[in-house]
Amino acid sequence: MRSSATERPGFVWVAPALLFFGLFGLGPVVIVLYLSMTAWSGLGSPEWVGLDNWVRLGNDDQVRSSLGITMFLTVLCWATQTPMALAFGSWAAGTQKSRAVVSSIFFLPLLLSTAAIALLWKAILEPHYGLPGQIGPLIGFGGNILGDSTLALYAIAFIVLWQFLPFHMLLYQAAARQVPKSLYEAAELDGASPIQRFLRITVPQLRHTIIASSVLMIVGSMTYFETVLLLTGGGPGNATEILPLYMYTQGFVSFEMGYASAIAVVLVVLGTGLSLLVVRATGYSRMTSQREGI
Amino acid sequence: MATSVKDRVATRLRSRPGRRPAYWSGLGAAFWLVIVLIPLYFLIATSLRGSGDYMSEGPLAIPESLTFDNYVNVFEVGFLRFLGNSLIVALGAVGLVLLVAVPAAFGIVRSRSRVVATTFSLFLLGLAVPAQAVIIPVYLLITRMNLYDTLIAVILPTAAFSLPISILVLTSSLRDVPGSLYEAMALDGATTWQVFQRLVLPLSRPGVMTVAIFVGLNAWNNFIFPLVLTQSESMRVLPLGLWAFQSQYGTDVPGLMAAVVLSSLPILALYLFGRRQLLGGLAAGFGK
Repeated sequence: MRSSATERPGFVWVAPALLFFGLFGLGPVVIVLYLSMTAWSGLGSPEWVGLDNWVRLGNDDQVRSSLGITMFLTVLCWATQTPMALAFGSWAAGTQKSRAVVSSIFFLPLLLSTAAIALLWKAILEPHYGLPGQIGPLIGFGGNILGDSTLALYAIAFIVLWQFLPFHMLLYQAAARQVPKSLYEAAELDGASPIQRFLRITVPQLRHTIIASSVLMIVGSMTYFETVLLLTGGGPGNATEILPLYMYTQGFVSFEMGYASAIAVVLVVLGTGLSLLVVRATGYSRMTSQREGI
Repeated sequence: MATSVKDRVATRLRSRPGRRPAYWSGLGAAFWLVIVLIPLYFLIATSLRGSGDYMSEGPLAIPESLTFDNYVNVFEVGFLRFLGNSLIVALGAVGLVLLVAVPAAFGIVRSRSRVVATTFSLFLLGLAVPAQAVIIPVYLLITRMNLYDTLIAVILPTAAFSLPISILVLTSSLRDVPGSLYEAMALDGATTWQVFQRLVLPLSRPGVMTVAIFVGLNAWNNFIFPLVLTQSESMRVLPLGLWAFQSQYGTDVPGLMAAVVLSSLPILALYLFGRRQLLGGLAAGFGK
């Protein structure tokens, strides 16, 4: 008889999750690579065409321009969200009643879906009956923000900030509460100003959270797709056509699924690659440091 | 000498950040408060305006007369159906994830097999795969399985892409369980299944709660999977319903805003009754 004291759960406990994730999570990554070398309209069977899609991708100006817009937007969103989330998050970590009330209002955008937020802002930015139509003429501006190729991009970045700032703030708030109080007390005895304490204690102590939050922003930049689709549809012209949106229109509007798959491979490599790079470069992959360091 | 040092310490301590008003950060917070509140005010005020009033009154004017007509109209265009579909998708995804992720987390934490350890790193790798980038192969799989335009088609990939973070959260909550508890049960002759049932299930409850909220919200807000995997109106989920409403009745902004408010009410209710759990679920394993 087997001794029950040494009995431990085997592979069978993990198998269903692995099978399921393999089929719908990791499998598609392999399949998309195969599809990128086929021609497929979405109906019938994909036909092998070798590297045709990849040659086309290399010569497609829209891919280059979309890639540029995607990078610009990702960097802009990171550079606006990170400092603000860090500042507000550590502010909200304070135990004052007023801070708790204000931050519970800050979190409200978290309750709306991406679609809801995009449509809300589309109504707000509407040139005639929305806000710019009211304020614009006062400062000599026509008011059509989403019709301007530069302003539309900044508007998207702003809406992303409005939507996701509370989420990242939440991460920083939780982490800032774990910073030992004694560090601040010691710094104060040394005469450090509030700004010095923030830069010399809060920021270094939160480095793991900064990494986690940055990775989430990089992977999450794919979800800007929904905001852009609902807000501008990629326009005016192709000014806001980020790469995920270009992939979507190639695949599900033009029904060039093979070519869209090639774009998707670029997205997978970019998203996964960038995240892994951040994780590796900072040693975040060591699980222990993630759980104990924060 | 000693007294003067003590005095200096005392003076410094009196001016602790908690007591001194933080003007600088307070000002920033007040500014952002306005930025958060104006759109939300616009949302509520517009949803209560008559369609005609929306054009004549300014966007931020206090509505002259309030009406719930917009809300009534939204229900008439099939809103309840979308709400029901979203609920099915969210509950289905949560159920499916918990069904496979809780045993997997138990296996990962307690197993000594190398294969299981490798499985865990596969899930960690999966954290970095963006779901949006693989919609085409997912579409291929779903059509091949004859599931296109069903709610199951939405549930399956939504649940799959929630698995990595769910397993991460559940394993880290189970790692806190002392090994002696398992050993004590084993000494009593409990089988692995009994250990799972009597020890793991009750102890993983906080993790399960976090995962359920995280997965549920993700599924509730999901846009891209329903967009490419369903097409008929009877399978529409809330976010798609909002978009369809906007394309169909583009000029009816008050109606659209009423639809936006209604689509968020269930989550708002969650926020009001379980703020701590909701926020914890949102941040999932990341904010630890």
